[in-house]
Amino acid sequence: MTPHILTRSLDRAATTFILIVAGLGVLIPLSNLLMPQGSMFQVPTYLVALWGKYVCYAILALSIDLIWGYCGILSLGHGAFFALGGYAMGMYLMRQIGSRGVYGNPILPDFMVFLNYPKLPWYWHGFDMFWFAALMVLLVPGLLAFCFGWLAFRSRVTGVYLSIITQAMTYALLLAFFRNDFGFGGNNGLTDFKDILGFNVQADGTRAALFLLSCAALIIAFVICRAIVTSKLGKVLIAVRDAESRTRFLGYRVESYKLFVFTLSACMAGVAGALYVPQVGIINPSEFAPGNSIEAVIWVAVGGRGTLVGAALGAVVVNYAKTFFTSGPLAPYWLFMLGALFILVTLLLPKGIVGTFNAWWEPWKTRRTTGLAADEESAAREDGIGAPNPAE
Amino acid sequence: MNVMDTRATSAMLYLDGVHVSFDGFHAINNLSLALEPGEMRAIIGPNGAGKTTMMDIITGKTKPDEGTVLFDGTVDLTRLDETRIAELGIGRKFQKPTVFESQTVQDNLLLALNVDHSVRGTLFWRGSRDESERIDKVLETIRLTDARNRLAGSLSHGQKQWLEIGMLLAQDPKVLLVDEPVAGMTDVETHLTAELLKEINKNHTIMVVEHDMTFVRELGVKVTCLHEGTVLAEGSIDQVSSNERVVEVYLGR
Repeated sequence: MTPHILTRSLDRAATTFILIVAGLGVLIPLSNLLMPQGSMFQVPTYLVALWGKYVCYAILALSIDLIWGYCGILSLGHGAFFALGGYAMGMYLMRQIGSRGVYGNPILPDFMVFLNYPKLPWYWHGFDMFWFAALMVLLVPGLLAFCFGWLAFRSRVTGVYLSIITQAMTYALLLAFFRNDFGFGGNNGLTDFKDILGFNVQADGTRAALFLLSCAALIIAFVICRAIVTSKLGKVLIAVRDAESRTRFLGYRVESYKLFVFTLSACMAGVAGALYVPQVGIINPSEFAPGNSIEAVIWVAVGGRGTLVGAALGAVVVNYAKTFFTSGPLAPYWLFMLGALFILVTLLLPKGIVGTFNAWWEPWKTRRTTGLAADEESAAREDGIGAPNPAE
Repeated sequence: MNVMDTRATSAMLYLDGVHVSFDGFHAINNLSLALEPGEMRAIIGPNGAGKTTMMDIITGKTKPDEGTVLFDGTVDLTRLDETRIAELGIGRKFQKPTVFESQTVQDNLLLALNVDHSVRGTLFWRGSRDESERIDKVLETIRLTDARNRLAGSLSHGQKQWLEIGMLLAQDPKVLLVDEPVAGMTDVETHLTAELLKEINKNHTIMVVEHDMTFVRELGVKVTCLHEGTVLAEGSIDQVSSNERVVEVYLGR
């Protein structure tokens, strides 16, 4: 990537966002590791893991915002790509357990011994190597998204129809991964992880490093998204979102553009899932639940569709609220609150938190910088609106 | 590509014996029409005469049931899709002004420029002086230089129509298909649009569909009247409007 793309894509707001994420990514682990236990400046380990989870959700939200906010593709199955990335990482972590499992089998994970697998299924080979698993984290969601998108976009499946088939996709995967003979641990999924790259996954230092890595991944994903949406490609994506057939008549191959961002977005979701699994310590088929994907779309809507920063913020805010409410007496009502939140945001803040803030901030900033000229222009525009329409 | 060895016709756009029906309704019925290079042609006809469907056929949105549609005498358009036809050099302005409302006037034109339209090309695109000069020139032609940084959605109806014509210019196609360019315009805007089209016609072949007779008269070009998906009359505006059958189906109704 050439430097001009970076200078163009990193405006003040984007730089601020990166600095905040980088700051948190360094400070939280440092305070966890260096401050004495029980000090008010020490972030407890459980919070590091919890916030690490939020950061992974923020990456997932970014990937959804890239396709939904900028290209109008409403995927209600993005949780599937997240879970596939998670499973790829989970398979690596399972292979690392080795003979320390309950059954002590050096090759077969516990659930395979339990289910009488004679040998390791072919698709589990290679996952004992980290580089291979890391490649699969990108490749498996990417390939699925590419095939799915190639068929869907070429047949010009758009709007709610596309949303419905993405739901069907994640539901089909949910059912498949539930099966014991599918080879991914069935209902229980993959858990009891021990090591990652030789480090104990439960250790404070490993958790701190995973948190830092998640923040780094969030920054990288954000920079990639910014580079895309500020390039001419980003303008084409918005054109596709707003007037797809017009874009086609200008000579753009719309399906190629959709396929490109959809695949990229799926890879990003896969990375988010891969970072999520070692931090929460388990991956099971419930991650494919259609409700998860819908929830992720709500994060983006709450934070502000088409703003990137808003998507990340929405993921953190909604999940923080979820943690807060589901751990108190209000726990049974969380789903009602989530539903109410979605309705309220749609009615009162259709642009989301960041979108509304921008709408309020931009005119003020413009007026301050250009002074009188802008005032006159806006006054003239108001006159135009106020004038009676001769057609009426 | 479906390029024939020899030119079948000297026409830029050639339709012969075209039929299209939707669920038994014959939208286009044995339609034959030829547009010579550099010509401007006005298409008139009552609602449902098949004007927009004809444009859909030429731009690849609708596939004809039978008939020949040739571009530049060599390319069979019935076998290509919208993107490919646009790349060949057929631009289209829609009946309802369709601009990219949430982007600036300038960006609308930038998107329309006939440069590399591949995913990679746009991702690594960097502006060139040639491109910005072309955009400046188009902005001047469509009289929107002052509005270049405004969002297209904030333009007046007439300005949006011009912006869309400007996008056609930026696309620099060989043939421009213009669907009802003056619908909803004031008299002054209508006059300016006629001037604009005449200016554009110096370098481009144009097919313009319009209801507004004053506008068609002002263009002063050959007129084709469609009715029930077929050509009813062809000639100068005076000849066509004095044709008895035209008066019957269209003007006098």
